[in-house]
Amino acid sequence: MSQLKAKEVLLSPIFNNNPIMLQVLGICSALAVTSKLETVVAMSAALIFVNTFSNMGVSAIRNYIPNSIRIIVQMAIIASLVIVVDQVLKAYAFGISKQLSVFVGLIITNCIVMGRAEAFAMQNPVGLSALDGIGNALGYSVLLVAVGVIRELFGSGKLMGINVLTPITEGGWYQTNGLLLLPPSAFFIIGFLIWALRSWKKDQVEHD
Amino acid sequence: MSNESIKRTLGVALAVCVVCSVLVSTATVALKPLQEANKAKETKKNILMAAGIYHDGIDIDQAFSKVEARLVDLKTGKFIEGDATAYDVRKMAKDPKESEKIPAKLDMAHIRTKAPKAVIYMIHKDGALETLILPIYGKGLWSTMYAFMALQGDGNTVKGLSFYDHGETPGLGGEVDNPRWKALWPGKTLFDQQHNLQIRLPKQAVDNNLPESIHQVDGLGGATLTTRGIENLIRFWMGSEGYGPLLKQIHGQGV
Repeated sequence: MSQLKAKEVLLSPIFNNNPIMLQVLGICSALAVTSKLETVVAMSAALIFVNTFSNMGVSAIRNYIPNSIRIIVQMAIIASLVIVVDQVLKAYAFGISKQLSVFVGLIITNCIVMGRAEAFAMQNPVGLSALDGIGNALGYSVLLVAVGVIRELFGSGKLMGINVLTPITEGGWYQTNGLLLLPPSAFFIIGFLIWALRSWKKDQVEHD
Repeated sequence: MSNESIKRTLGVALAVCVVCSVLVSTATVALKPLQEANKAKETKKNILMAAGIYHDGIDIDQAFSKVEARLVDLKTGKFIEGDATAYDVRKMAKDPKESEKIPAKLDMAHIRTKAPKAVIYMIHKDGALETLILPIYGKGLWSTMYAFMALQGDGNTVKGLSFYDHGETPGLGGEVDNPRWKALWPGKTLFDQQHNLQIRLPKQAVDNNLPESIHQVDGLGGATLTTRGIENLIRFWMGSEGYGPLLKQIHGQGV
């Protein structure tokens, strides 16, 4: 852990060390919010905000946090940020906040946020920690957007709520795939994406 | 002083708590007016939705100007003069001085107490009652579910049912918000010819060829208890403890 390069800290979580695809963290919300691209975008933005500022907050006081209560301190910081995000969404994006319902609150328990606070922000300066927060949240977002595009496009024939493949029910030709709108489909898609990524970057393959 | 001393631990804990609570309460207080405005708009939207008037891009305030809010005495079913918008039904139902106890045997909606008056919404067209929108609520599986039920002027035919506040399991009981399920409601009738309450949400698929299907709506798959809660709360509010007296009058005279 000598000198970490800022660029590497920011970009490596996107493909080389993706929190979902390599570390398999934060799966729960990836299943729940990806049936529509609109909620994915809101969720990703919320996570980028929370992860960046929680990393900065934890990092700023890392030298003062007693070891015995460090997890609680991290949780308090994360939870406060999540409540702020939830309140802002309720005030400015009421429709989306209703759709995300409990999942905004569940960012608190998103393993990525906790994981980065504990694994990175506790040992690194504020600036690097912020980049690490953005990077990991982006890694999460990239996967979520990919899953969201596949699920919304083939599940309901739309992207961002606009008809792309007009479904039969609305007078078009496309027979929507209902399975893709159900949570298990996100599991399958994430599985396939992990397969694709590991075929591309062979060093991520785990050996028995 | 070492990081691990008790004093330091307490100090850090306290400081973090103070900073975090200031942050949270600032956000909550500062954003409250916007949130309240959203909620009020949402209520109007839900009323319009239940009535089948709402569509994307509609001017909610303008559309709502046709809707008239009235106070009703539940026991007699008669309208009461007074400012309907100022009457907070949820608050009154909890107020021990104002609220009325519901006998346990009749309390199908599991709400224990109710406000003596209700705020209902009406839309008139050419002097005749076109739509009647009744707020209803009761226990689902986890939560108290709040909805608006819109009836046609006959006080019997359903125009729409729209839940606007509930905490049921997303994907199961939460499917009460599913437009496809909501679309099953319009056209159903609550009462039979003799004005007996007949509406049901059976577990098995409703056979549309049977004559009783006019009183039946498919239950929600995988949400037996939520469905039962919905059936009970509708039957409670449309019965003698709820809007029964009001509906009887409308039924009798066709106001």
